[in-house]
Amino acid sequence: MSTASYDKKEQAAHHFKDLNQQHDAGKEGVWLFMATEIMMFGGLFVGYFIYRFMFPDTYMAGGDSLNWYLGAFNTLVLLLSSFTMAQAVTETMKGNNQKAYKLIVVTTLCAFAFMVVKYFEYTAKIDHGLFPGFDMWNAQSAIEYANNHLRSDAGFTLALPAAGETLGAGQVDGSSLKLFFVLYFCMTGLHGLHITIGIGLMFWLMKRLKNNEFGPKYYTAVEGVGLYWHIVDVIWIFLFPLMYLI
Amino acid sequence: MAHHIVPLNTNLKTLGALVFLTVLTVGTAKYIHLGGAGNLILAMAIACTKAGIVLSWFMHLKYDGLMNRVIALCGLAFLALFIGFSYIDLFFRTTPI
Repeated sequence: MSTASYDKKEQAAHHFKDLNQQHDAGKEGVWLFMATEIMMFGGLFVGYFIYRFMFPDTYMAGGDSLNWYLGAFNTLVLLLSSFTMAQAVTETMKGNNQKAYKLIVVTTLCAFAFMVVKYFEYTAKIDHGLFPGFDMWNAQSAIEYANNHLRSDAGFTLALPAAGETLGAGQVDGSSLKLFFVLYFCMTGLHGLHITIGIGLMFWLMKRLKNNEFGPKYYTAVEGVGLYWHIVDVIWIFLFPLMYLI
Repeated sequence: MAHHIVPLNTNLKTLGALVFLTVLTVGTAKYIHLGGAGNLILAMAIACTKAGIVLSWFMHLKYDGLMNRVIALCGLAFLALFIGFSYIDLFFRTTPI
């Protein structure tokens, strides 16, 4: 990368009128990107809502077979990381690059913690035949696992009737459990991909903060990554209750 | 645009509110059974409140200009249309799916 021949902290790039205009244009671009993020995840959420409407019992059973303690832990980890991110923006705007650096380190550690927990959740699900792809889905084992983890007052169990068989009393056709896990892995997987990209962006910020590259008039990069990180948090705020709790 | 610096105190209060609402989500989902779609609606109402708090304070929309607010609201409005029309279809179908 070539070194800029002007002081970025004091002077705008030549195609901008001044630093204010440069900052507003950059930030507006990030917000447009955030709107597309809302709509991209939105499509998956609409899919979730439609299938939940069609198979409410199976979706309840699918949610119960996830470990909500881990989900709640990850929620708190992401909230904490959002706070340290917001505070990093505050410190950068005050010109304290080194304080912001430390806060970004904490944010990155939280992101890693989130992904480690996700790793254990995913491997546990895969081990029980709950991964819907690559011939890894084990229908019998999945139904059994979901029934074993179903809340005690659910009032039904999932079953897989063979062709021509009818469901017994208190039994619900569990064949759409696979669909729940398709949505679970797609939605949390896409979210996890965002966390991973976020980790990369944090390392970029760390490098630039370490070099004191930002100042009170020039901090768009930190603010922009901040906006991205918060929208990732917002998505998890919806994923957590929908997937784990209800 | 004014460069509003959000103080530590405000960020801490925001975090506190979000943690409180997380506890509330878990508590209501695990121990209060409303029946039907009641728990889903309650959980989504709490999640929307949390998202609003993140957007307003952590993402600075409260202090931001009209343009960025309109962009954020456009994204949410189109999502609301998408969900709304899908549910109109589900509720008013005369033939089963």
